[in-house]
Amino acid sequence: MSGQLKEVRNRIKSVQSTQQITKAMKMVSAAKLRRAQDAIVQMRPYAKKLQEMLTNIVSNSEGEVSMPLAAERPIEKVLFLVLTSDRGLAGAFNSNVIKLTKLTILEKYDAQYRKGNVTIWNIGKKGYEHFLKNNYKADATHKDIFLQLTFENVQKAAQAAMKAFEEKQFDVIEIVYSQFKNAATQKFEVERFLPIPKLEKKEGEKKADFIYDPSKEELIAELMPKILNTQLYKAVLDSNASEHGARMTAMDKASENANEMLRNLKISYNRARQAAITTELTEIVAGAAALQG
Amino acid sequence: MNLEILTPEKKLYSGEVYGVQMPGISGSFEVLEKHAPLVSALKAGRVKVLKDKQSHVAFFDITGGFVEVLNNKVTLLAEGATIVE
Repeated sequence: MSGQLKEVRNRIKSVQSTQQITKAMKMVSAAKLRRAQDAIVQMRPYAKKLQEMLTNIVSNSEGEVSMPLAAERPIEKVLFLVLTSDRGLAGAFNSNVIKLTKLTILEKYDAQYRKGNVTIWNIGKKGYEHFLKNNYKADATHKDIFLQLTFENVQKAAQAAMKAFEEKQFDVIEIVYSQFKNAATQKFEVERFLPIPKLEKKEGEKKADFIYDPSKEELIAELMPKILNTQLYKAVLDSNASEHGARMTAMDKASENANEMLRNLKISYNRARQAAITTELTEIVAGAAALQG
Repeated sequence: MNLEILTPEKKLYSGEVYGVQMPGISGSFEVLEKHAPLVSALKAGRVKVLKDKQSHVAFFDITGGFVEVLNNKVTLLAEGATIVE
């Protein structure tokens, strides 16, 4: 009887220590989430102004604007930039990104995939490990961006992608990442990186008679890569915030479950204890009765 | 005249200034009060912010970027920028 008691007690102890870990992880993720959200807020004015400038120039220029980065070619070679996290224990975060990538490949680029023309650049360790194991063309050059999340590192990856596109190594580049909505929800998305969509003119946007230096065409050519850098940076920041949000919710759930388990275990512990006492009592009473004869 | 220096990582400077000197792609130039609307690309170099008519200045090193001047408001976008002490 006492053997069962001890077993339950050990179990309670182990659940309690696990719960301590999940609680700590939740707090850490909450702190990291705040920092990640701050980074998103800090980036917004820059991204907004950059976009405004482009719209302004495009609206003020006559005729079509053509650029090598907007070249639509027949799709033969495809590149995916897949943003996952470096660490697990974040609920379904990584598997959702991976699932969406595979689904997109299956639905849109199946023919290219069969010919072995789909390449995946992984940002984040988890995705890399998965795609490597499953025989995709996985590339780890930019895997470690999350170890040191700076604009400079992201810029390097974006520029490498643009260069590969211009050199016709790839005809289309897609980003798969998780958009940050709030701590509890993420939206998994596939976003076109290159070629860039045709720039649309907005009539009535001509605010003032601007002086342009250098010419508008050159300015657009200079602006475009910067906008793409920012686009990737935004995706990386979103993914980072989503990861911490997902981990926070997952750990919160885990702590809750641990509570539930502890409650049940305590009930069985008390029951076992009570049973042991009852048996002992009966034995003593029975023994005494036997002596009295 | 209002000046804002923005980078993707943070807002580096924001406030009223007297003038600002920038490394334009075709040569250095200065923007003062009531400058005409302007959009220009900047190359890597040093930005000099004149905080007032006296010699209160601040310097920033940028790695290239863009500037827009509109309605007495200067917005400088730089991918990389650091304050020079």
